[in-house]
Amino acid sequence: MNVSRRGLLQAAGSVAAGLVIPFYAAPVRIARAATAAASGPPPVNAFLRIGTDDTVSVVLSHVEMGQGIWTGMSMLIAEELECDWSKVRPEHSGVAPVYNHTRYGPFQITGGSSSTNSEFDRYRTVGATAKDMLVRAAAARWKVSPASCTVAKGVISHGAKTLTFGQVAEDAMKLKPPASVRLKAPEEWKLLGTVVKRLDTPEKITGKAVYGMDISFPGLRTAVVARPPAFGAKLVTYDATAALAIPGVEKVVPTNNGVAVVAKHFWAAKLGRDALSVTWSKPEGGGVTDATLLADFVARARKPGAVAADVGKVESALADAATRYDVQYDVPYLAHAPMEPLNCTVKIDGNRCEIWSGTQSLTFDRMSAARVLGIPPENVTIHVPFLGGAFGRRGVQTSDFVTEATLVAKAAGVPVKVVWTREDDIRGGYYRSAFLHRVQVGVDKSGMPVAWDHVVVGESILSQTPLFEKMVKNGVDESSVEGVHDSPYLEAVAAKRVSLHSPKTAIPVSWLRAVGHTHTAFAMESMLDELAHAAGKDPLAYRLALLEKKPRHATALKLAAEKGSWGKPLLAGRARGLAVHEAFGSIVAELAEVSVERGKIRVHRVTCAVDCGTAINPLALEAQIQGAVAYALTSTLYGKLTLVDGQVQESNFHDYKPLRMFEMPQIAVHVISSGAPMGGIGEPACAPLAPAVANAVFALTKQRLRTLPLRLT
Amino acid sequence: MKLDINGAVREIDAPPDMPLLWVLRDLAGLTGTKFGCGMAQCGACTVHIDGHPVRACVTPVSSVGTRKVTTIEGLSNDGLHPVQRAWAEADVVQCGYCQSGQIMTAVALLEKKPQPTDADIDAAMSGVVCRCGTYVRVREAIHLASRLKARPKEGAQ
Repeated sequence: MNVSRRGLLQAAGSVAAGLVIPFYAAPVRIARAATAAASGPPPVNAFLRIGTDDTVSVVLSHVEMGQGIWTGMSMLIAEELECDWSKVRPEHSGVAPVYNHTRYGPFQITGGSSSTNSEFDRYRTVGATAKDMLVRAAAARWKVSPASCTVAKGVISHGAKTLTFGQVAEDAMKLKPPASVRLKAPEEWKLLGTVVKRLDTPEKITGKAVYGMDISFPGLRTAVVARPPAFGAKLVTYDATAALAIPGVEKVVPTNNGVAVVAKHFWAAKLGRDALSVTWSKPEGGGVTDATLLADFVARARKPGAVAADVGKVESALADAATRYDVQYDVPYLAHAPMEPLNCTVKIDGNRCEIWSGTQSLTFDRMSAARVLGIPPENVTIHVPFLGGAFGRRGVQTSDFVTEATLVAKAAGVPVKVVWTREDDIRGGYYRSAFLHRVQVGVDKSGMPVAWDHVVVGESILSQTPLFEKMVKNGVDESSVEGVHDSPYLEAVAAKRVSLHSPKTAIPVSWLRAVGHTHTAFAMESMLDELAHAAGKDPLAYRLALLEKKPRHATALKLAAEKGSWGKPLLAGRARGLAVHEAFGSIVAELAEVSVERGKIRVHRVTCAVDCGTAINPLALEAQIQGAVAYALTSTLYGKLTLVDGQVQESNFHDYKPLRMFEMPQIAVHVISSGAPMGGIGEPACAPLAPAVANAVFALTKQRLRTLPLRLT
Repeated sequence: MKLDINGAVREIDAPPDMPLLWVLRDLAGLTGTKFGCGMAQCGACTVHIDGHPVRACVTPVSSVGTRKVTTIEGLSNDGLHPVQRAWAEADVVQCGYCQSGQIMTAVALLEKKPQPTDADIDAAMSGVVCRCGTYVRVREAIHLASRLKARPKEGAQ
């Protein structure tokens, strides 16, 4: 696949043939003030182009990494535009302020399960505005009133007369945009809420889809980089002689803390990298060993940390409780391991720079590259191909893979694609930190909690980044305690304290799919289960008693229980477990049915009840739930990085195991249309999976497993 | 050396130990076959050699000889192979990166077992990793492809 300087998208075939009219409209105001985007009204032409061939090019401010926004965000525009869905051609935007996230801040980012809900109003408004202008253009040509025209599937009609969008696009772009537009009420939707198949399927089933790994153009070289074997180690010296002797190797250059071998193709670069002789320093203080770190976490958890929530007098309430429990849960470091290993292509041309990379974080990438080159950020162009998975790794706060590739291209003096091997990817850091939860709960005589003292220990993502450190409030990185300090269960507990220790290590940590909820749901929902069993109560009834004032949680839990046949007879050797958790504005309850086969935990089926407020595309929603369950089941059964003296022991899929076909449970997805504000769907279903499985394992074996991954003794 | 790729014989200048994967991707420009692990653990690089699924990442190019290599690009001209049609119908893909390997493996399975059981699918497909977790729909699509192959006129949109 060759990529011309005109950019990746043309090469990828994402732009339709024929003349494409940039559809321009000045800012508009949204009629319903409540739905107005905080950053102001959207300029239509940045998000939508209508070709004279009737193609509708939708420019996406968020990136497609598997979650389905290629289709979902296009549906938002198409619903209001009333275009022919078969003419819709999505494409990724470049980097520009107009594409900044509507909620998070002045930067472009894809994450937090936010793409559809954060763009819900803006993209629909763009569609409605464009439709208004197209209709007026047609009406003017016919000399009739716009109100007497109708629109369906990209065709404007007045009586027997018809014009297509493409036929009036040029006229329409000269018109003044409407001062305001009315967005459809959900009852009027034709496309939203219906089952719509993905628009990226044709490319992805024929091998034509272009990922960062596939970027190629004349003069491009491939580089593979030797990075420190241990976190905290530094480059001391290297000898490139053996590497340069490999046929195809052209250059060996140092990076910020490594050595890059630049070659004609990957294989030569990889052999060259492996042939390098590099001396690294030992990590300061010996480097992290995870067993030692866990002991340190346990010691820290003896005392409360920075306070995230503090209601009532928890210490005296604990002392006065009828019974008191003191329990610890812990989870290890995790790598994201997307199927496409990290990579980044950089081409420097004087004081300008072009980047091709599957990235979630365009604005920060641009700043990072500009800083390396000493040029204005505006001089950096970023082309985003498809992302071969990401799960947060392609959106880390330091843009590490972009920074490094820019350094390599600069040092090598040629355009370079830096390719990470799987081993580089798994050992390359920016992990979900290890976490420990110490939970002390006091219960009354009936076994219901009256005091809850919860200490969380784990590294802060925000604190590792100067840019984000100020978002840490009173010592609390919210992403470390999300799901605990705001737990619906704790609302029913009179005295409670949630606090956090955020020790610093040399291990880079970052966001991984579902972030804090990956461990907080495990701790909360396991603890609830323990309390229910200790009280001799049904785990469903126990939870529902605490969720009396939380109808959405209760409804989801009851639905998952009902559809998963909670309390009904089941096959010998099987048991069920429940969990419910809110994350990213959505509530997901899961019931897992498990057995133990030859000493190994086997999950047969997972019944999910999902309340995300409004489901835009049930087919995509179901895919995200299936995917989230698979991702979380991987970390529940297998996910663990072992650190010894700062060195990760795992290296590839043989020892950092992913879930495989034979282990995939059956998954039933039940959607609750609550009408609540729209939540996210990419991450929330990850959270309740581990505790649902652990609770089922307890029901089956009476072993309470408090460490992930789950290991039977 | 000469390589028969997707029905065309090409002259390739590659060191003999270079894996077929990198010959396809970096020398022949066929990037539909993916790099995922480099050690036959994930199946993203699956291609057919004389119809048999192999892991191109651990196949030295010199071992291919005159056998015919088929990649995802050579499966059909129009994406209308029954397996591809089934994939579209079942809306399988997410990020899509592993899907060439999934499809090439499924095609080989169906050649061998036109009506595979779930156990056959587990056995054949467990070598192909999908981190997005598309397995449920991969399974559905394979069963659907089996029906499409038996009755070629049955429509998948």
